[in-house]
Amino acid sequence: MIAMTHAGYIAAGWGGAAAIVGAYAVWVLRRGRALSRQVPPEERRWS
Amino acid sequence: MWRDAALVAGRDLRVELRSRVTTNQVAPFSVLVLILFAFALDPDRQLLERLASGLYWTAVLLAALLAISRSAAIDEADGVRDALRLSGLDPAGVFVGKAAAVAAVLLGLEVLLGVGVVVLYGVELAGAGLVVLAGVAATVAVAATGTLYGALVSGLRVRETLLPLLLLPVLAPVLIGATRAFEAALAGVPADGWPWCGLLAGLAILYSVAGALAYGTLLEGS
Amino acid sequence: MTAPTPTTATGTPYGAGASDATTRPVAPVHTGSRASRVLGGLALGSIVLLVLYGLVWSPPDAEMADSVRLMYIHVPAASFLYTGCFITTVASALWLRRRTPGWDALAGASAEISLVFAAITLGTGSLWGRPTWGTYWTWDARLTSTALLTALLIGYLALRRLDVDPTARSTRAAVLGLLLVPNVIIVNRSVEWWRSLHQQSTLVKLDPTIEGQMLVALMVGFLAVGLVFTWLLVHRFRVAWLEYQSERLDLDLALVERRAEAGRASEAGRTPA
Repeated sequence: MIAMTHAGYIAAGWGGAAAIVGAYAVWVLRRGRALSRQVPPEERRWS
Repeated sequence: MWRDAALVAGRDLRVELRSRVTTNQVAPFSVLVLILFAFALDPDRQLLERLASGLYWTAVLLAALLAISRSAAIDEADGVRDALRLSGLDPAGVFVGKAAAVAAVLLGLEVLLGVGVVVLYGVELAGAGLVVLAGVAATVAVAATGTLYGALVSGLRVRETLLPLLLLPVLAPVLIGATRAFEAALAGVPADGWPWCGLLAGLAILYSVAGALAYGTLLEGS
Repeated sequence: MTAPTPTTATGTPYGAGASDATTRPVAPVHTGSRASRVLGGLALGSIVLLVLYGLVWSPPDAEMADSVRLMYIHVPAASFLYTGCFITTVASALWLRRRTPGWDALAGASAEISLVFAAITLGTGSLWGRPTWGTYWTWDARLTSTALLTALLIGYLALRRLDVDPTARSTRAAVLGLLLVPNVIIVNRSVEWWRSLHQQSTLVKLDPTIEGQMLVALMVGFLAVGLVFTWLLVHRFRVAWLEYQSERLDLDLALVERRAEAGRASEAGRTPA
């Protein structure tokens, strides 16, 4: 794995994808928490 | 429905004629775009002539954005929306009428730009049949699509910036088809261009139907 | 004007009140559930598998060398991008039919996730293109169509953020969403046809001849990306649902306040008499 050709591109691609998905996931989860505080439990019956 | 369409088309065209914005502002703007292209690209005439089809249709699309925006604006005036809803006019008819008015305006602009391209870029006309048919098909496609999307952004403060964002990606196939058809015609190889003309006709029909079906929902739901 | 925090009858904000042991248990203040946690766990597991298969265990390609490893993300991302668009269109149609807010929420959530995947598709595709063709961008059919699709999604999401009456906004968004898949199909076909005229050097595509460990890696890629997509969709849908509820509550609150104001004004109007 260390001696891969085009290692930079692969790192950028995989790393970028992970970063984008990770950042988006964090954003969604945090927004979920913030909104959950404002909405009564009856309306969020998923747990 | 056709009578309603004629009614609405007549109204839209009369509004345009009376205000003269199209003739006094949109038309000069579109010619200005042609001139800007000459500044942006080397006015080495061969280059402009080779690119003429693409530049022409780009200018047409930009002018169309303005024309469609104005068509949508007519119905944004106070109470016009409600009047349309209550008038009992068939929404499909309203759609067809508005689209027809836009198409008429666009055809006028296209003729003007055609003259512009012949004069400014030194284009030699050829394949007239293909040029006319492809042009009409593309115009109907743009007008139908534009009227539908115009209704989607009608009444919004951000209408002017949102309309291009929504409309241009959707019109990309029309741009592709129209340019290829015109290129084929001007190059004297119309056989290459007729399939693209077919694509344009297909898009015209598709969006006319879609717009006619969706207009009622949009008129009510806003 | 700050909105007052909605509270229960006892005056405590929703989600607090751990001291209310005698009343009903408090619902958790997040968008998770047991199902979504299981899903998330599976997604993480499959990601680990993908890293192993994609970066370690599978061999480099004969022609592309190691840059093929980008395909293990790029191809599934593109597939789920289209899946997301499909979901948006279907949800938009169902909203127009049934008018229940869940469909509107699903349409919006799916479109946003599709945009994320579009970015990944374009990014990985571009990074694959550089060592393979020498440039970050070529106007090949797949990349061009994806770029236009990205524009369509951005436009759709922009329309959803409008500052109008919620029903009007949902209606417009639904009509636009309904047109999304047809537009995608038309754009894809037109661009393909257009680019096929320019006999370019045949693209080194991910062929059906792919086999062995590389095929496994690709399948794992589909699995991982698919699970991530689904997990994101579940949470984003719940967030959209909460947004809808929150907006509805704000409107109710505003109505209540307006009525109270009107009540006070009419009282004040009566006193001088």
